[in-house]
Amino acid sequence: MSNLKYRIALILGLAALSLVALTPRNTIERVKRADGSIGFDTVKRVPLKRGLDLQGGMHMTLELDETDRAIADKSDAIDRSLKVVRTRIDEFGVSEPVVQKVGSDRIIVELPGIDDPERATQVVQKSAFLKFQITDKTSALERVASRLDGIVREKKLGTRTVTAAGDTANAPGLKALFSDTGKRADSAATATDGPFSRLIQPTGVPGIYAVMTTDMAELDSYLKNPDIQAALPPGKEVRWGADTLVTAGRAVRSLYVLDARPIITGDYLTDAKPTQVPIEGTVVEFQLNNEGGRRFRVETGKHVKDYMAIVLDDRVMSAPVIQSAIGTRGQITMGGGSLQAASDLALVLRAGALPAPLRVAEIRNIGASLGADSIQAGITAGLIAISLVITIMVGYYRFSGMLAIAGLVLYVLYTMAALSLFGAVLTLPGIAGFVLSIGIAVDANVLIFERIREEIVHGKTVRTAVEEGFRHALPAIIDTSVSTALTAVVLYQFGTGPVRGFAVTLLAGIAASLFTAIFVIRTFYLIWLNRNRTAEALSI
Amino acid sequence: MYRILHDTKYDFIRWWRVAAGLTIAFIVVGLVALVLRGGLLYSVDFTGGTVMQLTFTQEPDVQRLRTALVAGGLHGAEIQEFGSKTEYIIRMQGDTSSAGTEVASQNVRKVVAELVGQDGFRVDRAEVVGARVGSELRRGAILAVLISFAITLVYLAWRFEWRFGLAAVLATAHDIIATIAFMAMLRLEVSLTVIAALLTVIGYSLNDTIIIFDRVRENLRKNRKEALYDTLNRSVNETLPRSVLTHATTLAATAALLIFGGEVIRPFAWIMSFGIFTGTFSSIYVASPILMYVEQRFPRDPDSKGARAATVSPAQAKVR
Repeated sequence: MSNLKYRIALILGLAALSLVALTPRNTIERVKRADGSIGFDTVKRVPLKRGLDLQGGMHMTLELDETDRAIADKSDAIDRSLKVVRTRIDEFGVSEPVVQKVGSDRIIVELPGIDDPERATQVVQKSAFLKFQITDKTSALERVASRLDGIVREKKLGTRTVTAAGDTANAPGLKALFSDTGKRADSAATATDGPFSRLIQPTGVPGIYAVMTTDMAELDSYLKNPDIQAALPPGKEVRWGADTLVTAGRAVRSLYVLDARPIITGDYLTDAKPTQVPIEGTVVEFQLNNEGGRRFRVETGKHVKDYMAIVLDDRVMSAPVIQSAIGTRGQITMGGGSLQAASDLALVLRAGALPAPLRVAEIRNIGASLGADSIQAGITAGLIAISLVITIMVGYYRFSGMLAIAGLVLYVLYTMAALSLFGAVLTLPGIAGFVLSIGIAVDANVLIFERIREEIVHGKTVRTAVEEGFRHALPAIIDTSVSTALTAVVLYQFGTGPVRGFAVTLLAGIAASLFTAIFVIRTFYLIWLNRNRTAEALSI
Repeated sequence: MYRILHDTKYDFIRWWRVAAGLTIAFIVVGLVALVLRGGLLYSVDFTGGTVMQLTFTQEPDVQRLRTALVAGGLHGAEIQEFGSKTEYIIRMQGDTSSAGTEVASQNVRKVVAELVGQDGFRVDRAEVVGARVGSELRRGAILAVLISFAITLVYLAWRFEWRFGLAAVLATAHDIIATIAFMAMLRLEVSLTVIAALLTVIGYSLNDTIIIFDRVRENLRKNRKEALYDTLNRSVNETLPRSVLTHATTLAATAALLIFGGEVIRPFAWIMSFGIFTGTFSSIYVASPILMYVEQRFPRDPDSKGARAATVSPAQAKVR
């Protein structure tokens, strides 16, 4: 029977293909080596990807943050952000990261095996917009101080509900911001009694002021008030320093008044790397390209003896005095920051600034041990489920039940191979979907066997009974499979992450179960009937 | 050949009123529980918020942990034992700003580290979901259910007849409501995985209804004179061995998940197990009575009683 030969060939061929698809193979992957470095290594593994819930790691969804300003061209902004985020993640050092755009305005980042989610968030989220601005030399703030006091009084902004909340930032190892000038923050107190100017003390350096950390929240709320903002000197910007420092036992934060026009921005940066230097401690050295270097030289040449604020994401990192014209090289002092912080900053500077601020919409972080537990539990449950199924099927249907189990083995093989070939990711709900589709596969067999039994009871010969049984069971099997498949497709379309994993395994399972139930098992029967042409009874 | 429930003649349909009363009572109890508890318990997937799963090296003092969290400014944190005495889940819901929730998860780490020391615990899982993402997910889930209904209705109308489609979809809707009542009773949290389970229940229940309807379709064709009541009864009886066997095997599989699948998969397994039960029930006692009711209200053309379901449509002809 040539028909039978083709059937057998197809089944064995598919099985062989599935085995090939599932053989552990050598792939070249980015991996984290034992010493923490990242490189491309050859790894041998079964080509079936595990989801983050099974191997541990971090999943993050980012979206454009429009709280401060609306973004005109969102899709462009997200595309450019995607590029920057991808560059940063590639340098961050995890194996097989995923950076992907979802929908029109979101980016998902998946970092398998990451152990420090906070750091990863910061690397991704930092705008990394670097500017160099000259501090104000015209005492612009002093000149408008009385007007600002007036506004605060008039609008009754100073309800004086002082919260001491901001007073906890006395981090040790702060950089001596005012050591440039040798003056103390509290020495040149020209404090007036105005509700605004009372909070600000000049430092002797033009454009740099000191604010007690206890007063920060109050002053910041004033600065955010639209009336105050309108009255601030034009062409200037007011910026906070990045670090708090302690002088004479008092925690002080610097406030800078800067020329709004930057002399140069981070766009010209070509390289940045962290180093440790004797006096400043940890610094990030950066290098500018030729054009940037030229501009920098010209501008710094014009501003010798002025103070240049290095502004990162609207915070002043430091404000050294310009001794002479600076060329293509420069450095950002990190104060008490660790080498890790410096290397992260260098990383984001190299990758470039984010075109628009990003907000974290979702973070899921799964510990590796939890993933291992889940796999273990899933496997245990799966094995028990399978052995129960085998017991029931063989116990009730005997020989036919064994055929069904043989079919089930092929079914599992086909499903796994399909998942591997589609590049599907195996997740915990995915395993559950798999267990469920085993149920569906068994149901198809039960339907067929029951039909065959009915036909035998009606006195048909074994051969006719088998044929009729398959024929009568077919519409029900197809209708149920199609409707379940439709549900799975809807799930895939509207689901995210884990739900999608579930839908994919379910779909693969349904396809494989259709094939095994109506083709493979039927072929088994045909083989059996061929060998026992005179069979009068069937063990079912 | 060993056969169970062979050639049975149970009058299943006779009990439909009793069955309807039981299921209504079950649903009412569930919905009362739902109202008393102030609605369904949504996970942070849907409300936005923070969930952290911590494993401690030693059994922690929950009371002290709670006090420490409140002192750390984390009000409304819900602490719950998870699987064992050293594993805990901390939930903070509904913080609207994503920046706020992110900070919350860091603060929990800080507070717990102060309490038991940096090496005294391990964060197994930390999930932070912004409120906007949550509400979108909720909309997506509802949309998914409605769309799958619409598609099923169209598919069954094409393969069978509109009245079969309607009965099947209403039976499935019953299963969803019953499952929600069940979730309210068990205080199961609505999460993404639970939604997946719910959608699987829909698929399973449809499966079962379709298999019985397939028999009804066939029997209507064979015995055109028979009353629908008898046809339904006969179809349920004829599919009984299959029903028992299939449900037994799938229940065995979900029971294995329930017992051995671990804490994470447990809500999923609960809903699946219940879904198998209610899906079976509704095929017999919800779908069939509805089919009879529709038959009474909109009788088929008397000349061709049962003929429409009986005629082989072109689509069926292809399959056969």
